[in-house]
Amino acid sequence: MLDGVARVLRMLGGNVVDRIWRLGYASRFLFSVFMLSGTAFGRFQLTIREIYFSGVLSLVIIAVSGLFVGMVLGLQGYDTLQRYGSSEALGVLVSLSLVRELGPVVAGLLFASRAGSAMTAEIGLMKTTEQLSAMEMMAVNPVARVVAPRFWAGVISMPLLAALFSALGVFGGYLVGVVLIGVDNGAFWSQMQAAVDFREDVLNGVIKSVVFGVAVSWIAVFEGFDAVPTAEGVSGATTRTVVTSSLAILALDFVLTAFMFRGV
Amino acid sequence: MATQNLVELRNVVFAYDKARPVLKGIDMAIPRGRVVAIMGGSGCGKTTTMRLIGGQLKASSGEVIVDGESVSRLDERALYALRRRMGMLFQFGALFTDMSVFDNVAFQMREHTDLPQALINDLVMMKLNAVGLRGAAELMPSELSGGMARRVALARAIALDPLLMMYDEPFAGLDPISLGVIGQLIRKLNDALGATSIIVTHDVQESLQIVDYIYFVSEGRIVAEGSPAEIRASRDPWVHQFVWAEADGPVPFQFPSPPYAQDLLGAAHA
Repeated sequence: MLDGVARVLRMLGGNVVDRIWRLGYASRFLFSVFMLSGTAFGRFQLTIREIYFSGVLSLVIIAVSGLFVGMVLGLQGYDTLQRYGSSEALGVLVSLSLVRELGPVVAGLLFASRAGSAMTAEIGLMKTTEQLSAMEMMAVNPVARVVAPRFWAGVISMPLLAALFSALGVFGGYLVGVVLIGVDNGAFWSQMQAAVDFREDVLNGVIKSVVFGVAVSWIAVFEGFDAVPTAEGVSGATTRTVVTSSLAILALDFVLTAFMFRGV
Repeated sequence: MATQNLVELRNVVFAYDKARPVLKGIDMAIPRGRVVAIMGGSGCGKTTTMRLIGGQLKASSGEVIVDGESVSRLDERALYALRRRMGMLFQFGALFTDMSVFDNVAFQMREHTDLPQALINDLVMMKLNAVGLRGAAELMPSELSGGMARRVALARAIALDPLLMMYDEPFAGLDPISLGVIGQLIRKLNDALGATSIIVTHDVQESLQIVDYIYFVSEGRIVAEGSPAEIRASRDPWVHQFVWAEADGPVPFQFPSPPYAQDLLGAAHA
């Protein structure tokens, strides 16, 4: 009995220590990415190429999702607001929901699944096929040449994708609310303009998306670089990227929201 | 002054896990201008030896000297400077899959030099011509056969005319024609570039035709060494088994097992 409890405690302790150790290792890795970012900015075309892969190629899924989320918000928001006779406030509801929360969070989750997983798989496969070792033997640091441009491409792409998500979401809300249901066009836009504060709402949303961009890109490049160099190892690393990034986004969102919007 | 040996290993011990050392005291000297093979069965520590020479691993004890410098004592900057004088051919080529053949060969030139594009173009074409693949410059690695990929990787490895060339299993998985081509290229390029080459392989017959000296490694130790003629004539049972590919000998065919009768009667798995 006591043996069993001791074994469970040992396993639990081992797991916790492993995770703390891994977080420390990942932090050191992030530090080295920062220190070796000279190439990513000095030869910016390398980063631009990665922005194409992680940002531009994510445009379709972000745009379509943004539009549909906005349209659903329009439908649900109208249904609730018209009960209280304030359907003109639909623009406010849709825009605040998007720029404060749904834009950064949903775009972040989509970015993690679309671009983060691709980053991990690509770096992991480069490791498996010894491309990273070959680069090292050619006196080129793979963290500077491969990892840093991908990391910064993710950090730059994420806020832009979140902004696009919010913009198309607002347009989706407009399509359903004004064009389809017939909410007053002037009221929809003017109330939105009056209620949405640039610093309080938009800027805070942008800050969130930058933080999510750093988190997702960090997790993605670290998991790829640290992947066990086998097919199974890369598949495990890709799964971990999506799961850890999604949980990180949700946890960070709560913390950031608690600091930013305290209702005062 | 340059010493006679480009690479020296002095009593090198290496272990990933202290309980099971991979190399247990290796002494090796590789003279300038020679082609030297390190042979042995799978998992005997051949590739580890090469990675120690390239500085990708650090010896647990002992010293690895390359061109007069102790590899394990170099800081990162000095190690990268040393690597610019080395070329390495990986087992499956390790070509960058997102770049064309041309860009793969031009990679080091673009990373380490400020050469104008026209000159890079000429140099890449010369390197590709040396391996017979000038016509494949615009192909992507996914469009190459195994043998072609190995030759492109060879052209990439010699891009900056290295002092030391290292080949990790260059003959693995090749058809007889590609195998012969790669073997001849290794010898010719070594002599033409005035380089020194180390080949890690278990392909005995092909290697004996092109190398100057051979080290046999088994279980982390050098068990035999000599010129190809000496190795062919060797009466050492281990060398004899390896060179003539005999199934049983000092390297047993059977993995350590319980008595046969016991397994046949099902006692072990009951």
